[in-house]
Amino acid sequence: MHLALFLIFGAVCVGAAINLLVQKHPINSALSLIVVMGSLALLYLLLGAEFVAAVQVIVYAGAIMVLFVFTIMLLNAGEEEVLPHTSCVAVMLGVPGLIVGLAIGVWVIVRYAGLDRIAIGGPQVLNGTEGFGNPRAVAHLLFRDFLLPFEVTSILVLIAILGAVVLARREE
Amino acid sequence: MSIGLYILVSLIKIAVAVFVLLTGVAYTTLAERKVVAHIQNRWGPSRVGPFGVWQPLADGLKFIFKEDITPPFANRPLYLLAPILSLTVALTAIAVVPIGPWVTIGGVHTPLQIADVNIGLLIILGLTSIGVYGVALAGWSSNSKYSMLGSLRASAQMVSYEIALSLSLVGVLIYAGSFSLRDIVTSQSGTFLGIIPKWNIFTGQFIAFFIYLTAAYAETNRIPFDLSEAETELVAGYHTEYSSMKFAMFFMAEYANMFTVACLATVLFFGGWLGPVFGPPILQALLPIFWFVVKVLAFIFVYIWVRGTLPRFRYDQLMAFGWKFLLPLAIANILVTALIVALK
Repeated sequence: MHLALFLIFGAVCVGAAINLLVQKHPINSALSLIVVMGSLALLYLLLGAEFVAAVQVIVYAGAIMVLFVFTIMLLNAGEEEVLPHTSCVAVMLGVPGLIVGLAIGVWVIVRYAGLDRIAIGGPQVLNGTEGFGNPRAVAHLLFRDFLLPFEVTSILVLIAILGAVVLARREE
Repeated sequence: MSIGLYILVSLIKIAVAVFVLLTGVAYTTLAERKVVAHIQNRWGPSRVGPFGVWQPLADGLKFIFKEDITPPFANRPLYLLAPILSLTVALTAIAVVPIGPWVTIGGVHTPLQIADVNIGLLIILGLTSIGVYGVALAGWSSNSKYSMLGSLRASAQMVSYEIALSLSLVGVLIYAGSFSLRDIVTSQSGTFLGIIPKWNIFTGQFIAFFIYLTAAYAETNRIPFDLSEAETELVAGYHTEYSSMKFAMFFMAEYANMFTVACLATVLFFGGWLGPVFGPPILQALLPIFWFVVKVLAFIFVYIWVRGTLPRFRYDQLMAFGWKFLLPLAIANILVTALIVALK
């Protein structure tokens, strides 16, 4: 069951990501990205991280992508023009090359970080932590174990917002 | 419970919930027309059946037989996707709302809720944030200036008020210590002095409730915040170009969202299904559902009452109110609630 769901949503995720690159119109690309975010949330859910899954949908698929779509709508961006210099050789060699390179990279990371011990749908195998990924566990991590980094990050985000406001302000 | 039985029970629950919700949506349109008519010293629909009770059926038939028009320069796939997305999201949200305690029917022990999940509230918030796309895409794909302006207004409004809405719920979450709507209801059981129930509205979340209600009216694009479909300026806003059942789907989504807001207000602030339970066992089983329905219908009535009473806001007033008043108030509410809980 878990494996079937993982394969389905993994395929949806990769398919939408490819569609994101292939689509000519920016709004279609943005919608594909939303599908990617949604299927990622479902993959998190399969790993037993329900809080992260919900946050993924609310923050990424909901809030951030709405701003993307909003900007595309406001600018009324049209279809992208096809680049004249698309080299056939680059496509033929580049795509398989990229896939092989990525596969090797993933294999190395999985092998040396010990991630191959993680089973899909088995939250209990992850360090044997009770309630891993539920809101309470995440809250304990954020507000007790890593309180200082968390608060410092929030200050950093605040500074970034202020910077954006200053940059976007018109000169009087 | 075996997996087959679980799926069967879930399917029955989904069928019942969708049927009840859609019937409720249909009759809310009638109730709205009736109540607003009486507020304005009119009779409202009274020709189809006694007191106009078959009016929703007549409306439905009319929607089905209307010509379905797609504007020639519309983006067809997205034009079709928008109403589907709106209605799907609106109907899905009801799945996590608990309408009663656990019951045993014919040897099957099950909660009166389609999905009892421990992140119920977050699921509803997530679905709300996805619902924005229905409105945004409807306006953009119609390729019409009125639709576009309506959907820009609606998306900006929904994104802004979602923040105040989410923050207003944090106080309740601090009290309950859980995102599960069922846990939130059970955390409100008991009474003060044997009379006043310990609902969140009476235990200090009074301000949070009003922030929630105001923000929720803006979320559902209802008067006094229906800027996105302001008839006097924008024809009909984001669904100007829609006709027939596609328009009806937006309409149904709006009313289904009203029900979700009413259910959530009941669950979070008014103790859900909690209420005096007495009498024989069958009455004891039905009374919680009765209390829940009464509370939800009361909120639906308030919706209609507000619509019949208040004028529409101006857009700058709407944005200033959301960001400069509701948001700081919601944050202050969180601070005070957290202090109270910490000092206890």
